[in-house]
Amino acid sequence: MDYTKLTILELSKLLQENKVTSEEVVKQALNKVKETKHLNTLISTLDEYALNKAREIDQKRANREMLGALAGVPITIKDNINVLGFKTTAASKYLSNYVSPYNATLVELLEKEGAIIIGKNNLDDFAMGSSTGYSYFGKTLNPVNEKYSPGGSSGGSAASVASGQSFASIGTDTGGSIRQPASFCGVVGLKPTYGAVSRYGIVAFASSLDQAGPITKTVKDSALVFSAIAKHDAKDSQSIKLQETDYLKEIENFSLKGKKIGVLKELKEIAVSDSVKKSYERALNFYKEHGAEIVEVSVEDLVKSLSIYHIVSAAEAASNFARFDGIKYGVRGEGYDDLTSLYYKTRTQGFGKEVKKRVMFGNFVISTENLDQFFTKAKKVQVKIINQFNKAFKECDVILTPTTKTSAFLLGENSKNSTDMYEEDIFTVPASIAGLPAISIPNGFDSENQMPLGLQIIGNKKSESLLFGFANYFEENANISEAN
Amino acid sequence: MMSKYDITIGLEVHSELTTKTKAFCSCANEFGATPNSNTCPVCLGLPGAIPVLNKKAVEYTIKAGLATGCEINEETVFERKNYYYPDNSTAYQISQLVKPICENGHININVNGEHKRIRINRIHLEEDAGKLIHSEYGNDSLVDYNRGGVPLIEIVSEPDISSADEAVEYVQTLRNILVFLGVSDGKMQEGSLRCDVNLSVKPKGSDKLGTRTEMKNLNSFRSIHRAILSEQKRQIEILEDGGTIEQETRRWDDNLNQSFSLRSKEDSQDYRYFPDPDLMSVKISKDYIEKIRKDIPALPAERKERYMTELGLSEYDASLMITDVAISNFFENALSQLNNPKLISNWIMTDVMRKLKDDENQNVNILISNENFVELLKLVDSNEISVTAARTVFEELWGGSESASDVVERLGLRQVSSEDEILKVVLQVLENNPKSVEDYNSGNKRAIGFLVGQVMKESGGKFNPQIVNKILQQELSK
Repeated sequence: MDYTKLTILELSKLLQENKVTSEEVVKQALNKVKETKHLNTLISTLDEYALNKAREIDQKRANREMLGALAGVPITIKDNINVLGFKTTAASKYLSNYVSPYNATLVELLEKEGAIIIGKNNLDDFAMGSSTGYSYFGKTLNPVNEKYSPGGSSGGSAASVASGQSFASIGTDTGGSIRQPASFCGVVGLKPTYGAVSRYGIVAFASSLDQAGPITKTVKDSALVFSAIAKHDAKDSQSIKLQETDYLKEIENFSLKGKKIGVLKELKEIAVSDSVKKSYERALNFYKEHGAEIVEVSVEDLVKSLSIYHIVSAAEAASNFARFDGIKYGVRGEGYDDLTSLYYKTRTQGFGKEVKKRVMFGNFVISTENLDQFFTKAKKVQVKIINQFNKAFKECDVILTPTTKTSAFLLGENSKNSTDMYEEDIFTVPASIAGLPAISIPNGFDSENQMPLGLQIIGNKKSESLLFGFANYFEENANISEAN
Repeated sequence: MMSKYDITIGLEVHSELTTKTKAFCSCANEFGATPNSNTCPVCLGLPGAIPVLNKKAVEYTIKAGLATGCEINEETVFERKNYYYPDNSTAYQISQLVKPICENGHININVNGEHKRIRINRIHLEEDAGKLIHSEYGNDSLVDYNRGGVPLIEIVSEPDISSADEAVEYVQTLRNILVFLGVSDGKMQEGSLRCDVNLSVKPKGSDKLGTRTEMKNLNSFRSIHRAILSEQKRQIEILEDGGTIEQETRRWDDNLNQSFSLRSKEDSQDYRYFPDPDLMSVKISKDYIEKIRKDIPALPAERKERYMTELGLSEYDASLMITDVAISNFFENALSQLNNPKLISNWIMTDVMRKLKDDENQNVNILISNENFVELLKLVDSNEISVTAARTVFEELWGGSESASDVVERLGLRQVSSEDEILKVVLQVLENNPKSVEDYNSGNKRAIGFLVGQVMKESGGKFNPQIVNKILQQELSK
């Protein structure tokens, strides 16, 4: 049997019933990785480690020891998250030799639940990008159709799950980097409420926006993985505590009765492809027919999200990446003759073009003469948007949008002006700016290229339970398998 | 030349806080450990590591602010000060800019009898950088991150200081307050307290401040004093020659007694301050401040005042009693068991301080226990031993393990005060020295000294000299 086609819930059941060993499943997963190597989803594979862990779990199971909710399930982790003893490269030349001396908190939590890490996923250089085409280790292919990009920056993660290499991957989302690739690859991607998942051990991009989250085949799988990693962490000053929730139970008990779905007035004017428009409207109709009310809500300054995102994320990134200065991490520029030239050469040679661009812009907006006009102003408008969303959620339970303006783009299309690419993020960025949880679920296919489309559900802070409810309901009842 | 100009000095004093752990991680805050042994992902700035604020460090900062009359801000923010230097692992220092913890305080100083108030602009909390060690052998420099992340308070004065003497007095007074508070160990030779000097000169009486220069990281009172004298001289000479002062940072070399230009205003990096997104702003409640205020021990100025008014010590003696918190506590402890402030302070000023002077690191290690000291003084106070004998005992007690009475017994130093016993010997001596008796009786009162000496000699020094004197006089007048 090809276990790699199963969901986590299905696999867990078989493992618990001793119908298969974890070792066998891990072997299958590793085989799948080998077979689909050309997709270039992984920067490193942890074969030995994974097999040893699998054997450990199998032994514990044989001894009838208590095991966690993810015991024996092969997963992958985006390569900007520290896993002790293995390389964490952030797909950058700069960290190409860096071996993590510590575990990210979320990794500790996953391993505590018995999950088995089989590899580190490819991403855009330092998570800056939306195609995984900016990786120092080469681009990743979309498993649905290899001519296409899987999206980014968590492209490797989405591709691993979509191709059956792993049952879940932990990606990171700063402006859409989990949701967009999940949408492009036809899988489920959740960006949690800011602070719900500890950032300790995640290579920082934009500290006030970054969130790690699960990419899975189904919504219930997403809830299961989220449960494991959404824990308060004293090592993360921004960590929040969520109420102890049995998400699977909440999903079972979910009802659309009396629920209101918000549609953003400000997004009506955004040009999207025909397929995206059709599939989105079809989704709205589905919910309406099943008992939910559709209401129009407004977040006045919504479209400013893009500028705010770029100013704030670049500013924080510029500061976060300053530590990569050639003094540590084993990659140093060539041809330097003093300290200043060491810094210049290292950063010129070690960073990709996109990273350099954003770092320069970031330093510009936090320079003393520009801080007030750009950064401080952006932060002020950000607060306004947060308040506007808060107000909007008084009128509705969740807000629905398409995840992206189009389906996946062809590989090589990202070599166009990257600033044009930024416009593509208009649907995902607002939830990032407002710190809100948002999930992307498969919503049909593009009639032109048959590539997957995504539906995004955004909730108010700490409303993951509601998101899972709405999302699972759609997944189980909407007939989206037919091409548009 | 000097009298034509006013000197304007502002000081930035950095003091490490004596918290157990660093400002933003739980690594040990200790001096002298093996390089890079007190480090972790956070203070090493490894990718993915993020800071968590040390509450004790905030408490100590508030304490320092309260002890210097500062206002404590209700909300305080930590900012990133971005700059590149190898001793800075994250290429930014977490510091404070717009909303520091403390603002608007002052310190009173006393220079040559002149009292002056030096205002404090702010006290903020930040983290220290690592240490660079320049290799003796090649062109390499090595980094030790043990010090990286250690909490520092920066105390910024207003430019109210007008001379090198005032500057040193200010730093000494400030240091003393911090040490008395228990928030700093004040060990300048270890780098836990250092001083930046901002100095400008202007024509006497002029309102317009001159261009200032900055000299960084002076870490002894001597270098502060010398650096200021040197810089004011240098600036005055330039102005006298018709030149202009360049705004720059200079490096002070104490060995060469000279400063060197380090970087000019143009060369300096833009610090690009912005609020640190990894940390939340901190709210400080009035209750929390009051709780800390209650915890503040009596400070040097307050103690000195009390020693003078309640205990009757002279200003000079009182000043000496507060030169170090260990001395002040030692004094007060002895006082609680023996109500003789003059005796106690005298012994501290002469014998104890003489011993402390020997310590080349200027550490205040009082190597006589409170109990032994008090016991010794009680023996002196009650005439059971002579002062000379007590000095001998003191030497034995310093760094020793015996009790005072044990030493007295061992060395047989107990004074005899029994009048009967003394009388016997006195009568004997008088009999043996008729000439001296005659001298005394014929008016040479000083002859008694010889007789006292003889009696003391007979007793092996054990007689109480005052009583010997008394009995001799008694007998002589018969």
